[in-house]
Amino acid sequence: MPQVKVLSKRYDVPDAHTLEGYTRTDGWKALKRALNQDPAALRDVVKDSGLRGRGGAGFPTGLKWSFVPQDTGKPIYLVINADEGEPGTFKDRELMERDPFQLIEGIICSAYALNSPRSFIFLRGEYLWSGIRIEEALAEAYAAGYLGDDILGSGFSHHITLHYGSGAYICGEETALLEALEGRRGQPRLRPPFPAVAGLYACPTVINNVESIAAAGHIIEHGANWWKQWGPERSPGTKLFCVSGEVKRPGNYEFPMGTSAREIVEEACGGMLDGRELKFWAPGGSSTPLLTAEHYDIPMDFDSIAAAGSLMGTGAMMMYSDKTSVIEATLNWIRFYEHESCGKCTPCREGNFWVGQILERILGGRGRPEDIATLDELADNIFGRSFCALADGATSSVKSGIKYFRDEYEYVIANGRLPDHIEPHAGVITDNAQTDRPEMKVGVGHV
Amino acid sequence: MSDATEATKPKLIPITIDGQALEVEPGTLVIRAAEQIGITIPRFCDHPLLDPVAACRQCLVDVEGARKPVASCSEAVRPDMVIRTQETSEVARQYQESQLEFLLVNHPLDCPQCDKGGECPLQDQALKHGPGESRMYEKKRVFSKALPINAQIALDRERCVLCARCTRFSQQISGDPFIELFERGALEQVSIYGDQPYESYFAGNVVQICPVGALTSNSYRFGARPFDIRRIPGIAFHDASGANVRHDIRRGVIQRTLARTNLAVNEAWLDDKNRYGYAFVSHPDRLDVPLVRGETGALERATWVSAVDTAAAKLTAAIEADGPGSVAILTGGRLTDEDAYAVSRFARDVIGTDHVDFRTSPQADDLTVLPTIAGDHDVTYDVVEQAPVVVVAGLEPHEELPLLFLRMRKAWRQRNQKIVVVGPVLGRLEEIAWQWIPTEAGGEAAALQALADGAEELAPIVDVLGDGTDMSRAPAVVLAGERLSASPGALPAAKALAEARGAGFAWIPRRPGARGAIEAGLLPGTLPGGRPLDAPGPVAEAWGRVPTEPGLDATGILQGVVDGTITTLWLIGVDPATDFDDTDLARRALETCPTVIASDTMPTESVRRADVVFPVTAPPERVGSFTNWEGRRQAWPQAVGAVGQSLQDWDVVRQVARGMGTDLGWETANDVRREAAPLMAPTPERGASTAAATEVAVATATDGLTPVYLPILLQGGTMLTGAKELIDSRPAPSIWVNPADAGTAIDGHTVAVTGDRGSADLVLRVTPAVAPGTVVLPRIHAGDIGRGGITIADAQPAEPVTAGSANTDGGES
Repeated sequence: MPQVKVLSKRYDVPDAHTLEGYTRTDGWKALKRALNQDPAALRDVVKDSGLRGRGGAGFPTGLKWSFVPQDTGKPIYLVINADEGEPGTFKDRELMERDPFQLIEGIICSAYALNSPRSFIFLRGEYLWSGIRIEEALAEAYAAGYLGDDILGSGFSHHITLHYGSGAYICGEETALLEALEGRRGQPRLRPPFPAVAGLYACPTVINNVESIAAAGHIIEHGANWWKQWGPERSPGTKLFCVSGEVKRPGNYEFPMGTSAREIVEEACGGMLDGRELKFWAPGGSSTPLLTAEHYDIPMDFDSIAAAGSLMGTGAMMMYSDKTSVIEATLNWIRFYEHESCGKCTPCREGNFWVGQILERILGGRGRPEDIATLDELADNIFGRSFCALADGATSSVKSGIKYFRDEYEYVIANGRLPDHIEPHAGVITDNAQTDRPEMKVGVGHV
Repeated sequence: MSDATEATKPKLIPITIDGQALEVEPGTLVIRAAEQIGITIPRFCDHPLLDPVAACRQCLVDVEGARKPVASCSEAVRPDMVIRTQETSEVARQYQESQLEFLLVNHPLDCPQCDKGGECPLQDQALKHGPGESRMYEKKRVFSKALPINAQIALDRERCVLCARCTRFSQQISGDPFIELFERGALEQVSIYGDQPYESYFAGNVVQICPVGALTSNSYRFGARPFDIRRIPGIAFHDASGANVRHDIRRGVIQRTLARTNLAVNEAWLDDKNRYGYAFVSHPDRLDVPLVRGETGALERATWVSAVDTAAAKLTAAIEADGPGSVAILTGGRLTDEDAYAVSRFARDVIGTDHVDFRTSPQADDLTVLPTIAGDHDVTYDVVEQAPVVVVAGLEPHEELPLLFLRMRKAWRQRNQKIVVVGPVLGRLEEIAWQWIPTEAGGEAAALQALADGAEELAPIVDVLGDGTDMSRAPAVVLAGERLSASPGALPAAKALAEARGAGFAWIPRRPGARGAIEAGLLPGTLPGGRPLDAPGPVAEAWGRVPTEPGLDATGILQGVVDGTITTLWLIGVDPATDFDDTDLARRALETCPTVIASDTMPTESVRRADVVFPVTAPPERVGSFTNWEGRRQAWPQAVGAVGQSLQDWDVVRQVARGMGTDLGWETANDVRREAAPLMAPTPERGASTAAATEVAVATATDGLTPVYLPILLQGGTMLTGAKELIDSRPAPSIWVNPADAGTAIDGHTVAVTGDRGSADLVLRVTPAVAPGTVVLPRIHAGDIGRGGITIADAQPAEPVTAGSANTDGGES
């Protein structure tokens, strides 16, 4: 399937981040269309479109909206989860940097559909450039009457608050996000009550990913059937795939749901780096179980990936070659989870710490034959037993790595070193900086 | 039960646990439901009085149809739920053991030297279900040892399982910004705010509820092992809470005091004064032999026989010389119920005087109101908790009865209780009060009257208060602190308000024996049961005689001593020189009184002035009972042996009576109890005292602020002697003034506070929780600052206030 550009259609427009550029390129059409319609009807459109959440879990967005009671007398809050922090995931960042108005328009349309007077963008704190772009866009949108009281004379009012997170992956978990947004320690909350009923400040709350809300804007503009022209029936629409790792051209590429990894990598990324064969890959970020070259042709949609034993996640494809050690890659991810565990529950706090210590020992040449069984068991003892899903994700690479590459573990434990064909740290990307960014302005209202 | 209640009663939920079918209330947590049929699911973070957090994951169980293991501490039952615990499910057992392994991998193996060893849930759980050998080859995580949380509490972070019991207690129960979780992941740890005082009157509870040895008390640390201590139940003796405690004894010495769970009284909590204030019991300063003032004028050790004979002879001589009215007894509110009765009878029957008073701040309104509450037991902690509205006057419960404060805070947090405060001081109730009717000191009566009358300007409060006719809700409650009577007319007004609004009424004393003293008749003009002196009823038959002339109140007694009409004073458990509001009058009386007899535990200022001194037992050294503020009488067994030759107060009284030729017929404390019980039982014969209050000239404020002397929980008191860590962890003594009155003085600075008696340097707290025109001062300074208009002079630069630099002398407890 060829690339399509719906969410990424303005990525090549140099001034799309300005109100002028956005308006010139067919901006605000969704909003003008939405404001003339009944909010309940708009909610039905999104429900009918079959849009599934792009934050990783794939929960149907319209269904989530329908859980929100409309008659409590309390305000309904819309919270945008822009705390994009999982290794390998950078799809929301580019969207916010290149086309912030797309997100803002999606928010206003969604808020109108939900009868929400205020929304909050919870932005990953390190995304300074995204923040600056959003702040500038918000200022322009307010000045032009797209935001604030009585939007475009419709009688509908909406306000958006941008909030910078403080650098915690756990705050991407929606209840931890709410805790942090309320000013408390970012740790997940007990459910029930669910956020739809008692979320932010104990009011009904919808929490959606950046890409989901941007897509909702397009769906409201073009209708449910338009969206369903792409992808399989149960995972319709297009998807931003952020490809990284040992490919020639890593980056964000939009494809219809159901496109295979091979097509994405070969067509958009120019294939694997020269002289490297695909060995293993994570289809949707570091929390999704690893797949191998034999899964290269599986359609990238929620159900097909699940059938293959992994998860669609955020569509953050991380591709690794035969020169990369799966044990090193796993340790790299475990270190991340160990550092990002909020510490609240025992299995995540102690389990990841311990798993990391064992992997380190194995790679340090002091592995023990029983370590493989121990790692496998510890992953089982963490998975499903922790308070939230963070730890479940942490076990993915451990379990799947042992499943597919037990021989590599056995070799390293037996020989105290990596196999000869593997280059140490080959796949571990150390420098993630993007050099072609505009110079940052100083003193533009951010931390 | 009426049909209506039957109909609204929630339907029970049928569930099955380990094959046993049962029905439980909707909303019941699985872990609680299992307890109902005797199945204990292991847990660390779960605590029935704290909100669930589901952090430790030890309580995972297997629920049919669930996708994942279920944390039984946070999951409410659902109809037809089928639950399998470790008792019947290998799966559930594996869930739990896997989490136990995670908890143990970084836990130190220092059980043999850990205070918790022997009573540690983690240790017990590890022995029961833990793996015999570790498969962890890595280095354990370590932290630097024993972080001081405050002077009293130490934290060993490597032992902590991060159950968040302590932090949840701090947030949910006591509401103090005390301890918090810091860092995250494997480095998550409990710690304290670096730049904020970590003070709490309830800090010790976090030690008691810690499921491992992470939080320990410095006063107990390394002092004893759980398996070589004896555990003896007791009743709190520092205040009128009636808190149930447990004394842990090793080699006859109290090693620590813990809260004993009594959900009707203190639930599972205890304030730090009752928890850590036990050191005086075994302090070397304790009086351990009788003393008699010898010919040289010094107090000399004496035998009981000679001390009793001396006292009896002096009393007999005084009666013969000037009549029984020349003898007076002051008791001060710390006596057990039995002792109070014994003293009450001794005074009337043996001496023939009615000059008895347990009060140290006597007020006229006490005499009309207090005898009429004798026997009351209708307002309890539970009634206060259930009340939709509580009116508080003359009481700052956080300082004066901390456990009542906790119960009110619980009602506020869980039931949205509406708390209405009347008077000049809001204090710590600032956090939880719904309405504050600020008055100047002395203006409480009018405000209470206005509430009773349903004054228009108070309509929102009056509406909520209701008139007692709404049967669909629990009655409101009026709480009157013992300080309220200092405001003329306020105590009767509070009682009248309760009657007018169909509300419950309770008088809240501070001292453990105050209610018992009322019940025993330790007020002039009042006999046991609150009977007026002129209508003694069965008391007349039980006793040989009852005086006909009403006696003097405490002020009148001290004045009588100064005037020479009273020549013999027996102080039983009271130190007027520091306990009384008017310390000046008390000191003059002690100096001029020809004969002073003192029964006490410690060498107080009054004891040093006495002619005969009887050493008496502290509460844990004896059996006895206290009637708490609710009217709940609770007895306790002896925990430790009596120090030296000390005896119980009733026994001293009995021996002196015998020396005077009267056999009171008691051989044991139980004999006293048997005789007292029918006379102290609730009776409709109770009524206002027949005695008249002594007029006191009140210093009136001309310039400056009106003082309110508030007893600050941990300020002063001989009963805190030896409790070093407790004293070191308390806040510095401060005065509270409204921002409008602070002038240029700065919050936190030391200021010179001047009244009509003198001046003292105290820390200034500027707070809106005090009415303008009022200054709240620690009561220990009543004597040296005095009344009249109080002026504050800043501003010497703030001196660093170090814990423990506070005045430890004198005062009350």
